[in-house]
Amino acid sequence: MIFKSLDAETMLKNPEKISEMDRREFLKIGLVITGVFAGGSILSVASAADKIFPNGSIAEKYPYRPHYCMVIRVDRCIGCRRCVEGCAAANAVPSYGWRTLVLEKVVLQAVGQKREFIPVLCNQCNNPPCVRACPVTATYKDKKTGIVMMDNQKCIGCKICMAACPYEARYYNEERGAVDKCDFCFETSLSRGGKSTACQAACPADVRVFGDLSDPQSRVYRLVHQLQQPVWVLKKDTDAKPNIFYTKG
Amino acid sequence: MGCPENSSWKGCVQDAVRRVFSGGPVYLFFLGLFAVLLVAGIAAGIHSVYIVGSRHAYGSTREIPLAMLIATYTFFVITSTGLCLVSSIGHIFGVERFMPIAKRAVLLSVITIMSGFLVIGLELENPLRLGIYLFLSPNFTSNIWWMGVLYSFEVVLLILEFIFILLDNHKASVAAGLLGILFGIAAISNLGGVFAMLNGREFWYGPYLPIFFIASALLMGCAAVIFFTVLAYRIQREPLESPMADALAAVGKLAGLMLAVIMFFTIWRMVALAVGGTHELLVRDALVSGPFAFNFWVMEAGLGMILPFALVLWSAGKRIGPLFLASALVIFSSFFMRLDMVVAGQIVPMYWELGVREYARLHEYSPTGHEILVMLAGVGLTGAAFLLGEKVFQGFREVEGAGSGSGGTPEDVAQEPRSASKGKVDV
Repeated sequence: MIFKSLDAETMLKNPEKISEMDRREFLKIGLVITGVFAGGSILSVASAADKIFPNGSIAEKYPYRPHYCMVIRVDRCIGCRRCVEGCAAANAVPSYGWRTLVLEKVVLQAVGQKREFIPVLCNQCNNPPCVRACPVTATYKDKKTGIVMMDNQKCIGCKICMAACPYEARYYNEERGAVDKCDFCFETSLSRGGKSTACQAACPADVRVFGDLSDPQSRVYRLVHQLQQPVWVLKKDTDAKPNIFYTKG
Repeated sequence: MGCPENSSWKGCVQDAVRRVFSGGPVYLFFLGLFAVLLVAGIAAGIHSVYIVGSRHAYGSTREIPLAMLIATYTFFVITSTGLCLVSSIGHIFGVERFMPIAKRAVLLSVITIMSGFLVIGLELENPLRLGIYLFLSPNFTSNIWWMGVLYSFEVVLLILEFIFILLDNHKASVAAGLLGILFGIAAISNLGGVFAMLNGREFWYGPYLPIFFIASALLMGCAAVIFFTVLAYRIQREPLESPMADALAAVGKLAGLMLAVIMFFTIWRMVALAVGGTHELLVRDALVSGPFAFNFWVMEAGLGMILPFALVLWSAGKRIGPLFLASALVIFSSFFMRLDMVVAGQIVPMYWELGVREYARLHEYSPTGHEILVMLAGVGLTGAAFLLGEKVFQGFREVEGAGSGSGGTPEDVAQEPRSASKGKVDV
């Protein structure tokens, strides 16, 4: 049995007996130090409880204009998954694939709300492992927007980018004959003058906030650079410098 | 070699074909069997990728995109580099006892690398684009780009080395062989880097795999030399003569050393996993007591390390029978070692730490019939090309014509020179 359910009561009674796996299970609940990023640069690694940014931690420059990013306010997500449907419809995502997903976390031991929904998608990393791994630059970082793009005509289908991605955000699309991934709806919206993504437009709870992180007037800038709520990213330890931020409120 | 100097190419080819068809029913049966495997595997691969789609035919998934065919590819190319390295000990670096194995080992190195290319060619979704964009749109930070370039150079150098050996051009063959070693080591360690540089995959990440692959290649090279040489003497129906028997004994000793090295690599790997991150702990559990436990304990540790090491010790560096069996076990089990390495690196979901329902279990993988057939295509190519090579090049002998040995078991084969010559072979 690899996955054991967490016995928090026993753990707290016998703290000296907590095994390494138990400790990790405990951390999975969410009582975990969060790393705070902006534009792929680490702003701070601070306790979410303390809500402290160290001095001089706000990045002054972002490498792209516009520097597209998305802030996901997880506590607002109701799990309706209209974002997933909207994405699939806008980008012709087949039934066997996904560009975005809403994950469901159930914590029966939690006080009050016991369920949380976590939208995930390509993190448009500033240091994308997929781009480094691709042998023929079929996937690349757009120099203007920072979006990780696909050149379908070059894709050899080796799938090393799928293995390299820390967010499992890629799949092989038979119809396109290439690996497919979220491009912030660049092909279907942004390149045609659109200002939002399909997932953001479909969300009834304003969970996903999309915008330009290099613009101090944008919502995403203000959400990332505030001190009242913790901001974190997923898989911080891979040093991929993601541009999908998570917060609450 | 195998062709009189004053005869025409047409005559040489006719002689070679005649030798192949005079190989006897067992030889022809296996040649036919391997040819059928090759054709069936290629057909299965074409059907998978170009007709029904690999999503329907192969067991690889979004979660485990690198699977059995990648493992098979690594199996063949590691073997190829190993053969190149082991052949070089005598042929390039002048160690006398290793001299007799060089020619066959170089040819086998070419054959196994081509088998690897065949399998990867049937795994890639768009292999033709690779040929174009590897040159037109290179990514110098990609290990796979370097892998393509380094192995392309290596296969050309190996072919040149083999041709120069056949032409008895020693200087040119040594030069090609030396470059082949350099490219081979670079290629094999870079192959480890394909996995080891994916820092989102904790089981692979780090400097372990590039180094392990070099050690593993040496072991595979030793095992392949012993295995195929003993079979070759049965095909030629000749006894193992003293220089070759001595060479195999020396290769057997090197195999024993490399087995010990691989065992210590594996022990420390498992010890290190025990104090690693969450993903590493989960992979260790899966290997030690989870879904990979049979593969790890029986196929890898038991049949691939402990038993072969015991057989090598039992052979005392002389008995060819135990060495042959140990080599066969090493080759067989190393396939599972590659498969476990590739698949186990992907079984832990990327979002496991989130504790979400969708990723609450380890990913699973089972090879499909199509994948097994494509894997067997590689086996078929290696087997058929080896059998043909033995007849076309007449067992890599300087003397014309085949002997009249009885062609018994490997142990029988090894016994004959003990009584007939001053060889050191013992049973």
